[in-house]
Amino acid sequence: MRRLEGSAVHTAGPILRDGPDGPPQDDVLVCCDALESGLFCGAHLVRLTVRPHATTGERPLAAYIARRLLAAIPVLFGLTIIVFLIMAMIPGDPATAILGSYATPENVAKLNKDLGLDKPLIQQYFIWIGNLFQGDLGRSYTLNRPVLDEVMERFSATLILAGTSLVLCSILGLLAGIVSAVRQYGWADKIITLLVLIGISTPSFWLGLLLILIFAVKLRLFPASGMYAIYGGGDLPDLLYHLALPAITLSVVATGVIARLTRTAMLEVLRQDYIRTARAKGLSEQKVIYKHAFKSALVGVVPVIGIQAGFVIGGAVYIETVFQWPGIGSMLVTAISTRDLLLVQGGVLVVAAAYVLFNLLADVVQTILDPRLR
Amino acid sequence: MTETTLSAPAKPAKKSARPGTLALLLNNSLATGGLIVLALICLIALAAPILPLPDPDVTAPADRLKPIFSEDHLLGTDHLGRDLLSRLIWGSRVSLAVGLSATVIAAFFGSLLGLVAGYAGGRTDTIIMRGIDMVMAFPYILLALAIVAVLGPGLLNALYAIALVNIPFFARNIRGITLGLSRREFVDAARLSGKSPPQILFLEILPNVLPVIVITMSTTVGWMILETAGLSFLGLGAQPPQADLGSMLGEGRKILFTAPHVSIIPGLMIFALVMSINLFGDGVRDILDPRLRAGSLTRPVSRTAVERNKADIPAPSEKQGVLDVRQMRTEFQIGSSVYKAVGGVDLNLQQGECLGVVGESGSGKSVTAMSIMGLVPTPPGRIAGGAAYLEGEDLFAASDRRIRDLRGGSVAYVFQDPLSTLHPLFTVGAQLTEAITTHQPMSRAKARDKAIDLLSLVRIPNARERLDAYPHELSGGMRQRVCIAMALANDAKVLIADEPTTALDVTVQSQILTLMNGLRRERNAAILFITHDFGVVSAICDRVAVMYAGRIVETGTTDEVLNSPQHPYTAKLIECVPVLGEPERRLDAIEGRPPVVNNLPAGCAFADRCPHVQPACRQGEISLDMSSGTRGVRCLFPLTSGASA
Repeated sequence: MRRLEGSAVHTAGPILRDGPDGPPQDDVLVCCDALESGLFCGAHLVRLTVRPHATTGERPLAAYIARRLLAAIPVLFGLTIIVFLIMAMIPGDPATAILGSYATPENVAKLNKDLGLDKPLIQQYFIWIGNLFQGDLGRSYTLNRPVLDEVMERFSATLILAGTSLVLCSILGLLAGIVSAVRQYGWADKIITLLVLIGISTPSFWLGLLLILIFAVKLRLFPASGMYAIYGGGDLPDLLYHLALPAITLSVVATGVIARLTRTAMLEVLRQDYIRTARAKGLSEQKVIYKHAFKSALVGVVPVIGIQAGFVIGGAVYIETVFQWPGIGSMLVTAISTRDLLLVQGGVLVVAAAYVLFNLLADVVQTILDPRLR
Repeated sequence: MTETTLSAPAKPAKKSARPGTLALLLNNSLATGGLIVLALICLIALAAPILPLPDPDVTAPADRLKPIFSEDHLLGTDHLGRDLLSRLIWGSRVSLAVGLSATVIAAFFGSLLGLVAGYAGGRTDTIIMRGIDMVMAFPYILLALAIVAVLGPGLLNALYAIALVNIPFFARNIRGITLGLSRREFVDAARLSGKSPPQILFLEILPNVLPVIVITMSTTVGWMILETAGLSFLGLGAQPPQADLGSMLGEGRKILFTAPHVSIIPGLMIFALVMSINLFGDGVRDILDPRLRAGSLTRPVSRTAVERNKADIPAPSEKQGVLDVRQMRTEFQIGSSVYKAVGGVDLNLQQGECLGVVGESGSGKSVTAMSIMGLVPTPPGRIAGGAAYLEGEDLFAASDRRIRDLRGGSVAYVFQDPLSTLHPLFTVGAQLTEAITTHQPMSRAKARDKAIDLLSLVRIPNARERLDAYPHELSGGMRQRVCIAMALANDAKVLIADEPTTALDVTVQSQILTLMNGLRRERNAAILFITHDFGVVSAICDRVAVMYAGRIVETGTTDEVLNSPQHPYTAKLIECVPVLGEPERRLDAIEGRPPVVNNLPAGCAFADRCPHVQPACRQGEISLDMSSGTRGVRCLFPLTSGASA
């Protein structure tokens, strides 16, 4: 577990050393921050690529971003392969699933032929990926509409929910983390630490039910479910009104993770020599903390926010079910129960691709913040 | 709080009496609380078959939806009239079993992959890790869903899915550690002794990796319980009549409005379970990985705490001067022991003078330098006595505001390692202009011009372009020049340089020394120069003070001290300096180690290492004999001129 030297998270000497014959070790794990920052939330694996400090000449940021975009292409291809293989591994054949167990063998064979399932796997993959490029993800047999249409419609609803949550948890998490670090061992720190512990340990689906009971049933402040009012809704205030409870519920765990990491990163950074330099310059404590220390801490936290994006989108599965939000998560759960595999395939693919792009974004933001990574 | 908080050289010795693991764990009240709750839940869950509980699956339509505290049904009943308490206990049993099994499976396969990848390296490593990366490119829960989609809903399938998606986490963690270990000497030794790779992997490396596996398990198990409950909640895990906490919650959700207790209670149980595991896991992690212990990361406050006896503040000396340090004592409180890093130091600095403070690492010279402007981290450091007068003003009594104005203004610092002392994320120009505008309000353009002037002053070529460079783009010498420029930004009267040349190579070192010397003469600033190198001292210092174990043992003009050292320690230190053209000269490292400053011996602190030690040396305080003006030595039997140590 080596930590990234020179990012926000500086630590004692690296455990790993490059052997004389080994390849340069560029994969760095920042996961122990997560261990350090406490409870595992599955969100701690951060890969960063460290380059030697003395770079030869400055590469423009745009070129770096372009390189990262190019590097994302094979990852996206890999995703299509995995998604395709997962679906191909499903026991039993889809034709039987579609036609039901009373179908005649002739009908099954015919449908298999129509679906192209009698061809070799590799050929099937290329047909599938070819169709994918033309925007054809197949047809959902339960909904009887193109998978792509359904997935895109659902995904936009999820993006609204997950995006709001992500903004919420980033702001709250960073704020709480900074306050916690600055007031270390003070009452604010203790309260935040306790809240974070509780937040991380709370099942989000249960929290959603509690919030519905309190704020929708008892206090009647917010609606219990849905995205828009059935009658007369559809505008932004209506959306926000419906968004409040699910977005808050969804952001709780991620807020906790980000707060913990921010606290640790801030404490780690505040011990650095360059903070002493900032103080020796005569800077005010505000500037030392919010300018010098925070910028460094942010470099370490940003990739974690990227990772949290995946957890927020994934966690949306529960929240959408609880709040009957018409997003991709609730679609997937239904599709899995009804064995609508093409719909599952399309949904998984789109969400996974979005996750890759989110992480790419986090990478780029991190690079903008830290010139050493360029 | 551990020794890692110490930036000061006063490193405490490792504690020999280490309390046992369990004792440590019980010291942590939160972890203990977690352990108790967890143990209680586990005990009840295990005892479920022998407890007098009604059958959790027996339906009784007549008794449906009874509220909490009903007769015969402590927690009420669900929509089928099943006893909720019984279902809760049996459900916890299932949830615990599934969560633990998933953790064990993930830990086993993940660690195996990590061990093999880390040890084999090369192509095996690449293939395994790329596969892991691929899996991790999916959002975690989504992947679990996809796997359940393939395998079909069911508790066992949910267990496999959760275990599978957690494998990468273990694999990555363990691989990192293994990679480090497999290049260590003991592994090489095992290899040379003819052990096979599996033997090395499982007998040599595995025991060292085990704590990490345990930590990872303790931090993941709560999460896995949460996730399997989640899948069951969605109806993809436990299928009726089988029930775990998640599926109970899922079923209860349908009657949330009429009978909220049916879903609230199982949720509360999941929360209690996960929370107790997390608290306990935190405790375990703290013990197995002391580096990560919460207290090891203590935020230093902006200024060193001052805890002086008000009645006992020494007055400025007659010599006055720009900087006059009197009987300064700085201590570090580590646990219950107090490390006296600086034990009563007097320093006097006249205008334009350069005073060298010399000593081994751990002698307290850096702490002395940092103490003057309150830059010693608190906690654990504090100024325990004495005074530092800047032109007659007691710095330890000054307000925080005043100290901020003086820092970087009248008193400027240059630190040792210019790479770590410059902020890596700001350009050199931004850092320089910040130093200027903090003390002299002016427009950005003007500050920028001044920054360019400063960079030219410290002989940095292409000053204008260099402003936009980041520290990592400059060489070590250039970086140190930038630091010096920053220190000169506001016409400092005193420049405190803490080993400014130690991190630089020799040619750069002499350039920096020449630069500092020139600037001192130009600007008539006083320099307090901290170093361990007598070569550097002879190049720049007018006077020198030699420190040992937190006190000055000898002081005098540079010529006097270098040519006729009187303290045996000084003599030994000088002998350590190699002299060009005298290859036959013996380079004597001083035998033994400096004393630990939390338990200083009576008498001379150097006695144990001194070749001339006498019994009298170990009795009573030895004072710094300043009878002959500027020259002083803290020794009962000072060396006479010409004698060697």
